[in-house]
Amino acid sequence: MEAKTLEENCTTASKLALIRDGAIAGFPIFLGYLPIAITYGVLASQAGLSISELTLMSVLVFAGAAQFMGAQMIMAGSGLLEIVVATFVLNFRHFVMSLSFMNRLKPLSFKSKFALSFGLTDETFTVSSLHPNEARMPHGALFYASLILVSYFSWVGGSFLGGMLGEIIPDRLSQSMGIALYAMFIGLLVPSVKKEWRIGLIAVVSMLINYLFMINGVSDGWAIVIATVLASFLGVFFLKEAEDE
Amino acid sequence: MILAIIVGMSIVTIVPRFIPAFIVGKVKFPNWMNRWLNAVPYAALGALIFPGIMNVIPERPWLGILGGAAAILISFFGVNVIFAVIGAIVTVYLLNTYNVLDLFQFLGV
Repeated sequence: MEAKTLEENCTTASKLALIRDGAIAGFPIFLGYLPIAITYGVLASQAGLSISELTLMSVLVFAGAAQFMGAQMIMAGSGLLEIVVATFVLNFRHFVMSLSFMNRLKPLSFKSKFALSFGLTDETFTVSSLHPNEARMPHGALFYASLILVSYFSWVGGSFLGGMLGEIIPDRLSQSMGIALYAMFIGLLVPSVKKEWRIGLIAVVSMLINYLFMINGVSDGWAIVIATVLASFLGVFFLKEAEDE
Repeated sequence: MILAIIVGMSIVTIVPRFIPAFIVGKVKFPNWMNRWLNAVPYAALGALIFPGIMNVIPERPWLGILGGAAAILISFFGVNVIFAVIGAIVTVYLLNTYNVLDLFQFLGV
């Protein structure tokens, strides 16, 4: 009886620790999303969306670049089909990312994987991918759920604030805060490159492919998909045992 | 109409996100494919950083690059990501406010 309570206490403690660690890992995303979400809220309300509409878009879509594009296209008077197709193209990269993410989460139950897949963005994906060990822990899904929810609340809350209050962050500051997510991506990449320089090569090749396609008029969405798929293929030859379990 | 647009955007965004959850459970990937998928985050990071970083201040692409350089420098010391984020914001803010680049141009550098 007592032993059982102790065991229960232990699982509760470890669950709480996972939730806390997930929130800590998600905090840079929280910080990075906030100014962008507020800017989106401002722009979307200028585009003619009501507060509830622009917040609903954040709740249901949860994809920064696509929402900016969507708001701009609504303002420009584009049609439903045009906007939906453009969104599909821009967000198709999430399919490739999700395939990688789900493969890493293999030890988790289908239900957990399915639920977590809804919260996949560029940022939650990259941060989660660099924390692969939690997937093998009992209740590890809590770590990823917490990371995603922290990001999600920042995105949805920031959108609402932007729509409600308008430009609450001075222009120059919010402009400068646009570097935040890029800095986070860099901060995620550098430690991996220090451990394995070939990872840096994969990233640089991806940058160059992306750049080449973009300057040749390929849309951002497809350029990122093509660059990600092609450059990561180098991993087949480069990442021997280092990344395999 | 706007509601229909939002729902449509949601569907085409969410479906590609959850389909892999079904695929991964059903298919056993060969080893080379696991290596491929394990490299996806690094390739994605590269593509997400560049050239997008040059659009932070669209009329001054170098500010994004310099902010990125600050992030690289800070990350090298193995500190938490959040310091790279804050350092980059401060760098871009200062350079954007005090026109250091204009000063360089003025000096003919």
